[in-house]
Amino acid sequence: MERTGIDLLIHSLPELGKGVVQTVLISLYTIIFSLAGGIMFGALRTSRLWWLRFLTRSYLELFRSIPILVWLFFFFFGLPIFFGINVPAFTSAVLVLSLWGISEIGEVVRGALQSLPKGQTEAGKSIGLNTFQLFRYVLLPQAVRRMIPPTISVFTRIIMTSSLTVLVGVTEMIKSGQQVIERNYTYGHAAIIIYGALFVFYFLICYPLSAYSRRLERRWTQ
Amino acid sequence: MQLDTDFMTRHIPDFVHAAGLSLSIGGIAILLSLSVACIYSAILFFQVPILKGFVRAHVEVARNTPLLIQLFFLYYGLPSIGIKLSSMTVVFIAMTFLGGGYFTEVFRSGLDAVTKTQAESGLALGLSRMQLFRYVIMPQAFRISIPALFANFIFLLKETTIVSAVAVPELLYTTTSYISLYYKTYEMLLMMTICYLIIFLPLSFLLSCIERRYQYGTHGH
Repeated sequence: MERTGIDLLIHSLPELGKGVVQTVLISLYTIIFSLAGGIMFGALRTSRLWWLRFLTRSYLELFRSIPILVWLFFFFFGLPIFFGINVPAFTSAVLVLSLWGISEIGEVVRGALQSLPKGQTEAGKSIGLNTFQLFRYVLLPQAVRRMIPPTISVFTRIIMTSSLTVLVGVTEMIKSGQQVIERNYTYGHAAIIIYGALFVFYFLICYPLSAYSRRLERRWTQ
Repeated sequence: MQLDTDFMTRHIPDFVHAAGLSLSIGGIAILLSLSVACIYSAILFFQVPILKGFVRAHVEVARNTPLLIQLFFLYYGLPSIGIKLSSMTVVFIAMTFLGGGYFTEVFRSGLDAVTKTQAESGLALGLSRMQLFRYVIMPQAFRISIPALFANFIFLLKETTIVSAVAVPELLYTTTSYISLYYKTYEMLLMMTICYLIIFLPLSFLLSCIERRYQYGTHGH
């Protein structure tokens, strides 16, 4: 029976779809943790306590200097032998991506906070707000606008980076694609069709986000 | 935990070699990407009809798809229609594709950041489009682009870890294959981390310095 590429693609869509769901799940968890952690991390980076600045700066440099794939392998090989714990691949992937995402979003938040005029902090303090109130009611609401476009582009980078988790055994988009290819090895063109489809899928997920981020940025910087 | 320091020292040359390979792949990819980006920026600046659309499409695709899938497409996908490329060729095509897109975007935002009056006064002086680009716009745009460009150099260097996925024996690949050969997990992970820190920590600090310096010049704080 002669099968065309379209047939193969349609038949394998449910399985590829499962992979896409996994990629989206990993990315969503990572985005939630990175956002929550990143806002705190960014606020801490603007602290006036030198040891706090030192600690957060070290954390940032550690995640900026060591490539994310290295971190994934570190957790994949390292956690079981250093701590004797076996973490499911999915969990350790989300953990690593979140730790990295916190540093990335933290930098965005820090940049936005520091771009606010100093008078805002001074005025807030002079009417007797404590540090938490200052952040909650004065600084963060103003910084949000400057934060959102770059934060969305961090999201697209998180989604793209989640592809690396296939290399430490997470069953996401690429892995499910590989499984389809292996099962259809008799069909000669399977590899190019499936990898081509995955290529398009990534683009379809990421492009709208980055286009939206650019639109917001253009609108808000005027 | 007992570190086998003997084993580690014996394998230092291997790691130096692998780190050298990582750096040369990164370096060559940066040079290739830069040349692509220069040509692309000129196309965008001079609004060359059909090519302009092609450049825009390339930039969007490069920036919105992961390097890993680009590599897999070239390395595992293309052979199924009879195009077999060596892993090194695949790596350079993919990394130039990726880097070219990112660098072009950096140059483009640099060009955009040069104020309109600069172009207008240049034209008013009677400069040709070519002279305007060469003597007025480009020098200013380049200066504005430097911090972002440097950040993208580091980004591309870090992306070299991903080429381990198509069996190029750079740092990460060397480490993981030694781990599976000798089961010296601690030692190898430690060596790899040290190598990456030696390469990237200074670069990262340099980036912070560059960012601070250029920010000082642009915003009037």
